[in-house]
Amino acid sequence: MYSSERSGALVLADGRVFRGDSFGSETDVEGEVVFTTTMTGYQEVATDPSFRGQIVCMTYPLIGNYGVNDEDDQSREPWIAGMIVREYCDEPNYWRSKSTLGEYFKLHGIPALTGVDTRALTRHVRNQGAMPAVLASHVDDDGLPGLIQRAQHAWTPADEDVVAGVSVGDITEYGSGEPHIVLIDCGVKRHIIDSLTNRGAKVTVVPFSMPASEIMALKPDGVLTSPGPGDPENVDGTAETVGAIVQSEVPYFGVCLGHQLLSLAIGASTSKLKFGHRGGNHPVKSLDDGLVRITAQNHGYQVDASSIPTELGWRVSEINLNDGSVEGLAHERLPVFSVQYHPEGSPGPKDSDHLFDRFLEMIDARKNQAREVGATS
Amino acid sequence: MTQPRRVLVIGSGPIVIGQAAEFDYAGTQACRALREEGIETILVNSNPATIMTDEDVADVVYIEPLTAEVLRRVIMRERPDGLLPTLGGQTGLNLAVELAELGILEQYNVTLLGTSLETIKAAEDRQLFKETLEEIGEPYLDSAVVRSTREAREFAVDHPLPLIIRPAYTLGGTGGGTAHSLDELDQIVTSGIQASPINQVLVERSIAGWKELEYEVIRDGNDNVITVCNMENIDPMGVHTGDSIVVAPTQTLSDREYQELRTSAIAIIRKLGVEGGCNVQFALDPESFQYYVIEVNPRVSRSSALASKATGYPIARVAAKIAIGKTLDELRNAVTRETMAAFEPALDYCVVKIPRWPFDKFRLADRTLGTQMKATGEVMAIDRSFPAALQKAVRALEATGADLAWEDPAWRDEDVLLDHLRRPTDLRLWAVTTALRRGWTRERVSEESGYDLWFVHQIARITDFEPVVSGSELGEKVVYEAKRLGFSDRRIAELAGVDVEEIRTIRYEAGIIPTYKMVDTCAAEFEAYTPYYYSCYDEEDEAPPLDGKRALVVGSGPIRIGQGIEFDYCSVQAAQSLHSSGYKSILVNSNPETVSTDFDTSDRLYFESLDDESVFEILRHERGESVADVPMILQFGGQTAINLAEPLSDRGAAMLGSSLSTVDLAEDRERFEDFLSRLGIPQPDGEAVTSLEDAIRVADEIGYPVLVRPSYVLGGRAMEVVHSSNHLARYLASSVDFSPERPVLIDRYLEGKEVEVDAICDGEEVLIPGVMEHIERAGVHSGDSFAVYPGFNLFPAEVDTLIEYTTRIALELGVVGVVNIQYVIHGGRIYVLEVNPRSSRTVPFLSKVTGVPMIELATKAMLGISLKEQGYEGGLWPRMPLVAVKAPVFSMAKLRGVEPNLGPEMKSTGEVMGIDIDFAPAFYKALLGSGLSFGPGSSVLLSLAESDKRHAVEMIDHLVRMGCSIYATEGTAERIEQEGMPVRMVTKRIGMGEPDVLDVILDGTVSGVVNTPGHSESEVLDGFRIRRAAVEKGISCITSIDTARAVVEAMWKASEAFTVQPLPDYRKVVSVKY
Repeated sequence: MYSSERSGALVLADGRVFRGDSFGSETDVEGEVVFTTTMTGYQEVATDPSFRGQIVCMTYPLIGNYGVNDEDDQSREPWIAGMIVREYCDEPNYWRSKSTLGEYFKLHGIPALTGVDTRALTRHVRNQGAMPAVLASHVDDDGLPGLIQRAQHAWTPADEDVVAGVSVGDITEYGSGEPHIVLIDCGVKRHIIDSLTNRGAKVTVVPFSMPASEIMALKPDGVLTSPGPGDPENVDGTAETVGAIVQSEVPYFGVCLGHQLLSLAIGASTSKLKFGHRGGNHPVKSLDDGLVRITAQNHGYQVDASSIPTELGWRVSEINLNDGSVEGLAHERLPVFSVQYHPEGSPGPKDSDHLFDRFLEMIDARKNQAREVGATS
Repeated sequence: MTQPRRVLVIGSGPIVIGQAAEFDYAGTQACRALREEGIETILVNSNPATIMTDEDVADVVYIEPLTAEVLRRVIMRERPDGLLPTLGGQTGLNLAVELAELGILEQYNVTLLGTSLETIKAAEDRQLFKETLEEIGEPYLDSAVVRSTREAREFAVDHPLPLIIRPAYTLGGTGGGTAHSLDELDQIVTSGIQASPINQVLVERSIAGWKELEYEVIRDGNDNVITVCNMENIDPMGVHTGDSIVVAPTQTLSDREYQELRTSAIAIIRKLGVEGGCNVQFALDPESFQYYVIEVNPRVSRSSALASKATGYPIARVAAKIAIGKTLDELRNAVTRETMAAFEPALDYCVVKIPRWPFDKFRLADRTLGTQMKATGEVMAIDRSFPAALQKAVRALEATGADLAWEDPAWRDEDVLLDHLRRPTDLRLWAVTTALRRGWTRERVSEESGYDLWFVHQIARITDFEPVVSGSELGEKVVYEAKRLGFSDRRIAELAGVDVEEIRTIRYEAGIIPTYKMVDTCAAEFEAYTPYYYSCYDEEDEAPPLDGKRALVVGSGPIRIGQGIEFDYCSVQAAQSLHSSGYKSILVNSNPETVSTDFDTSDRLYFESLDDESVFEILRHERGESVADVPMILQFGGQTAINLAEPLSDRGAAMLGSSLSTVDLAEDRERFEDFLSRLGIPQPDGEAVTSLEDAIRVADEIGYPVLVRPSYVLGGRAMEVVHSSNHLARYLASSVDFSPERPVLIDRYLEGKEVEVDAICDGEEVLIPGVMEHIERAGVHSGDSFAVYPGFNLFPAEVDTLIEYTTRIALELGVVGVVNIQYVIHGGRIYVLEVNPRSSRTVPFLSKVTGVPMIELATKAMLGISLKEQGYEGGLWPRMPLVAVKAPVFSMAKLRGVEPNLGPEMKSTGEVMGIDIDFAPAFYKALLGSGLSFGPGSSVLLSLAESDKRHAVEMIDHLVRMGCSIYATEGTAERIEQEGMPVRMVTKRIGMGEPDVLDVILDGTVSGVVNTPGHSESEVLDGFRIRRAAVEKGISCITSIDTARAVVEAMWKASEAFTVQPLPDYRKVVSVKY
């Protein structure tokens, strides 16, 4: 099979090489190669902290069509290690566009390759699993053996507590209304904060490492733990924090990593999926109302269904219709729930947007209950 | 909900512009889906050229006219407990609504399945729809009916300029316009009100230039909703989506707009309560988030067929299951098998659809595109980049400019080019490439054409690469990049100034060959099992060649006039027959509307253009030792497939059945003449000529009228009956390219009974399922004629001769497979007009009427299984105790400027069948199905050619006795008076007297027109306005005296006394008449 002389390469730990032309920063990077099937939203993908340390293969081939704009970043900077596409568009046209994706990647030091047979790469990852890789923006054939060696020992997000790298260092407040929600930032996306403030809430974003006592001192009406990158078991201390908050019966909403941390806090276990769930088309069935909703997903780990302590009142509330994996947790009595997927979309569908309402209703109900208790005692 | 036991499915009837093969695809899928659930299906359709009317698709098949009365009788007889209304296009939906409103459904306890009647109304009624949108806060485009400039100005207070003004009820929408200022508004409204016969105009905000987007949505009874696909029209708002070049998924939306519109579509579908498939159209401001909901189709549509093929998600199948109460989360995704139907397809390729317009047939038609769809069909192409998908789709059109290199010579004038950018026509894409080549800035091209700059950038990748190919040393790298951009070998060769063979050599030596990737609904996230592939120049191939015995069926490409759904029917049957004979069937086609491109029709589907390169690459890919290991079946894909015989045979490909020399012999005028005279079979005198002098000499020798046609096209293109040497000179000057390499054929025009025969030959024996006679005398294209089975006016001796000729021709010509022969009987002699060594458009009709599975027999014969081994023998198949009439159906109303008068050039877009135990009721049913009947007691306008008047007396007498009022133009009226029959004269001199001939048509006085033009130019011109008025008014317009007489005869004898019964029952009934 002919393949033209392309300047860069993605070299996988198992020795497979995919050639492509560099369109981002002229650097090399190590990371874990994963794919996402979302057809729009490459800017949101790039700036989603959950992708920290990952070389993201976009399965949709035409990337860069509408450039990069000032509003769609999901966090303060892009976090992906690199991006792999089939057909990068260097001539975007869009009324909000401020620069090309290539310029944006160069600005932020992120390497990217175009011209890659991304479907072949996706099939490989599907069959062999997500794996360590090196993305080299310039390499000739002689350099490949060395890169293969390097890929075998390449750094991946599983190697450390990557949440520490993406979480905010200090406390930031958003909005000024009611109720007051403390958001434990493990790598939050902008649209989660917006979804709460748009509903009138005040949101205090705190570092993932903030102990429960300090969080409680902020007098939250509810606590939300955000999504974030890496292996939940590597996140230092946050599961314990979540455990304490849940015990205190402050309403809790866990999203993605926040869902996994809740699971760890209640004694359940998590495990790595072969190649994860990443995209905007995953069907999730609610075991409460029976409806199937199309969800945005981005996770490489799952909560093990069999490990959930049902004897303590915990139950699986939602499942993935494709593989039956756990998508949601709820408690029979406590004001706590969590989902594995992303109700905020960005990118992806917002069919589960109502979960933010549900969280606020839960907080309301809790407050009313407290008031009633106060009134009768 | 309890699952129904017996379900009635209504088809969409004949192919017309706006309603094509997509509903055969939808209906077939639906019937199969219901049968899987153990439900008995009853199918009614008037179109015999459909797979859905095959007797193994539904449990009970009716080929009957689609009227409420016929359906009532079907319901009475079959007692279905459910009716599926949303899979038969607008026709099926309207009938279901009518049956409900007539109380018939209630009377017979038939439940409407899926989307409810209330929902259908709420989506289709403009006012109710607006109210629904208002309730959920979705923005819609407001409009107002106004009767004065004052009212128009009131509207303008709340609605920003520019405003569009459309006069109500004017022919062709004349008198409207766009107002950019209040002065202009006053002006246009005033003239519009004057132009409107009811003095009303519609005023609406102009959103010309906005993006037009579509979402295909499915909802089940539990309120689960998914969107299957979204699509973007490259032509902005203003051009009907059926006439737009469309890309899937959307390319110029960020996730924000993508999701906002998706959320809106879902909210609308939930609010309406659709249960099944549905389509939502949006207009989006290219410079803000502002959008409007344009319309909702609460049923499966052309767009859903496109979305199904673009994603692999079988919308009609899922919609049918939802209609009987299944939910998305319990239905499996048939593609991945592991996952469920409740998910949204992820694409990892780009899809481009281009409409196929009939302007090559209708040179005089107005090519401007607007809100009235004009395309007859469409092609789709899939690739990993937009330029590659676009170039492939262009090749699939098989039209003017087989690639983007084509430029209209008139565009050398910049103003003409500019006009073609600004005014939407079928040629705009080529105007864009021309302008880019000429160095216009992309921004200017985008601004003038309304194409989003993104698309212009992408198209410029193609035009910018052309000089790279022509200007450089042609190495493998340039060839590789050219292939990645979708250039054909031929185009690369042309640009580089070398032979195409040279390009192939470079490619094959460097290993630059296409890889085939799967359409799997999930962007490779899950393993999938669909054998549905497209080519691309990428690195990994996913389609290892099939092993074992296999053969390639070449389909027929886009639906166009002269090559319709009949050939798709044949391709599907061929694939099924291969499969049942132990062969793996491989199908290639480019038409997204069809059953042939359903992923479970063949063992393997390649969605590709039908040019020699694309098909050869598939053969190369599938080959074992040589490309001949995978023989091709070319007989069933119309002229498209037959045209591939020579180029592919030259490269070593093998054909099943009739050989290339058989094809050549039939198509080569001189050799064929020798062949026939050797057999002693007559054909009309004629000669091939290469100059005007020769032409006039030959015509004088033969005697006028003569039939003139170019030698290099078949199927009646640019054919004409010529009555004088002046006429001949005019025809040759204007209608055809005339050169020594491209001679013109001049034949004696024999007026007589035209007869058509389809036969199957295995090389030893010839089986003739039936003989069909045309109602119209030779001179009307066979595709536009009423064909009758059996040949009811033929003498037994004539039939014997026809059988003998057919048998000898087929055997001597070396036909293996099917052959179609057209004869004319003139002066008691039988002449051969044309032999086509391929499937004809009458094959499905004849198969259904006689019960002879013609394509299956032919396919097996081609595999070497003799007719005898298949349990058949040669000769004429026993005559069935029935009469069947195939009636043509036209789409003239939709094509402004087209001459409705019939002639040797085919004009119909579809067909219906009327079948009964006798001629009159069968013919009457064909008329009902085709919409050509007038109905007793109606008013009819007659304007007849001098030569036809004497043939019309009995017909007029019958009309009068049936209580019809007769209107006639001067000469015709005079003649009727002479015969002593009542008539009202209307003048042909338009505007010169009250009432004139157009008045009685336009004001609805008459409900049918018979206008047979004479031969002089002025007569033809006179009649043209009458005929156009009739078709635009939507009333029956008959242009052949033969047709008119048969129509009246049938009405006279049959009226309502026809049979309604399942198709096979007609073949069983023993009629006393025979």
